[in-house]
Amino acid sequence: MKLEDKLYLLKFKPDEKTHLQPKIEDCANCEEKPCTLFCPAGVYKWEEGKLVVSFENCLECGSCRIGCKFASLEWRYPRGGYGVSFRHG
Amino acid sequence: MSENAFDAIVVGAGPAGTAAAYVLAKAGWQVVLLERGDYPGAKNVMGGILYRQAMEEVMPSFWKEAPVERYINEQRIWLLASDSACSFGYKSDRLAREPYNAFTILRAKFDSWFANKAEEAGAILVPQTLVEDLLFEGDKVIGVRAGREEGAVFAPVVILAEGVNSLLAKKAGLHPEISPHQVALAVKETIFLPQEKIEDRFNLEEGEGTAIEIIGENTKGLVGTGFIYTNRESLSVGAGVLLHDLVRSKLSPHDLIEGMKAHPLIRRLLAGGETQEYAAHLIPEGGWAAIPPLCKNGLLVAGDAAMLVNSLHREGSNMALTSGRLAAETALQAKEKGDFSEASLGSYRRALEASFVLQDLRKYRNVSDLFARQTHFFSLYPQMANDVAQEMLIVDGVPKSEKVRRVRQMVFGKLSKWEILKDLYLLWRTFK
Repeated sequence: MKLEDKLYLLKFKPDEKTHLQPKIEDCANCEEKPCTLFCPAGVYKWEEGKLVVSFENCLECGSCRIGCKFASLEWRYPRGGYGVSFRHG
Repeated sequence: MSENAFDAIVVGAGPAGTAAAYVLAKAGWQVVLLERGDYPGAKNVMGGILYRQAMEEVMPSFWKEAPVERYINEQRIWLLASDSACSFGYKSDRLAREPYNAFTILRAKFDSWFANKAEEAGAILVPQTLVEDLLFEGDKVIGVRAGREEGAVFAPVVILAEGVNSLLAKKAGLHPEISPHQVALAVKETIFLPQEKIEDRFNLEEGEGTAIEIIGENTKGLVGTGFIYTNRESLSVGAGVLLHDLVRSKLSPHDLIEGMKAHPLIRRLLAGGETQEYAAHLIPEGGWAAIPPLCKNGLLVAGDAAMLVNSLHREGSNMALTSGRLAAETALQAKEKGDFSEASLGSYRRALEASFVLQDLRKYRNVSDLFARQTHFFSLYPQMANDVAQEMLIVDGVPKSEKVRRVRQMVFGKLSKWEILKDLYLLWRTFK
């Protein structure tokens, strides 16, 4: 089963504004861009010299906050009531 | 009492926070339980094992009405190779009798129910509310600021149970940023299967449940484990690996869980199942060394926010429940003394030290270090166990003395006697 199909099963209430803000200059200097691989929801994609952040698919695990070696991410929780809602958990 | 002042504020409606709120409400306190999710449990994820004793200390005979899935009467450990597994297990009818030992649960259902019990006891549950800051007067915590209009809420004591991403504990200076060595990322799927299929496949009677922990091929050499737990009408299937290893591996956690599900022995258990949910969560793995100071003037920290997880024994929910309960009991004593200072609240740590929580974490204080350094425990040894079993079980006319020679060659071709002795010594030293 593809990741996109799994994310499709989930209930999201996306906020208008992102709760994940990387410092883009750090991302440009980051050779391996591991977040594009280790994020379990594939939130981060490197496209045409830019880090595209699909924050609306975020599972709010916090891996990127801790796993980014530049510690360059401003990571907040989505506002109360927003973001993912697990039905099983 | 003004509209925004309470006897206590609890941040986070997981097992730690709700246990605290429940105990305080039962004692007649005006306690507010703030939860950022749409409902309690909406943001909460775990593998799925709830231990009875810790929950029963909060609420006797809870399982008679709580939405538990199955009681666990069988525990298996699989050492997994690419197309085989060496399996160890324990199944007992003694585990299938009240008061039971452990249950599988689904957190969205269970946490909602539990928070509802806290409400019935008199706690004020406020969901959809993110706590953004602690409020201080000097170095004393006097309340919190929630992300809504007129969000300031005051109380002489705040209990932080905000989970592993403990942003508030960090802001309060209780701990620096968590390192990738100190957490595992777990991904999990809840896979629907009819009750009858589950009971047939796992050899269970109604209500009984199996928990399988899997070490080896499934984590592709990374430090970590996998699991399969039976719920009533679904399986919880997951893989967890140390974040530090995962980041360096260039593997994706989604590929790990897909690989695991496709393993020939696991595929058979899941066949025909329908994935209903995919979730991800960090598990505090830092153990003893990662535990922050547990209190400050007017503040107590419980559960994952305090990194209270014994990953070796897969115990987290019991530590959350116990620490939440003890935090509440500490607050009750502090009120009697009329003193919510750090010195007074320090009895919380002593209570945890007197309990299994800090005793176990102290006992296993070197476990995460050992596994982080001896990563072959998760790859080489499981593979070896399978190779040895395969060789010894094949009946092919080869004399047993020759088989033993082959096995020795197989083992010592990969590790020297010294290396194996050293590993045994390290294990003994860490677990003694």
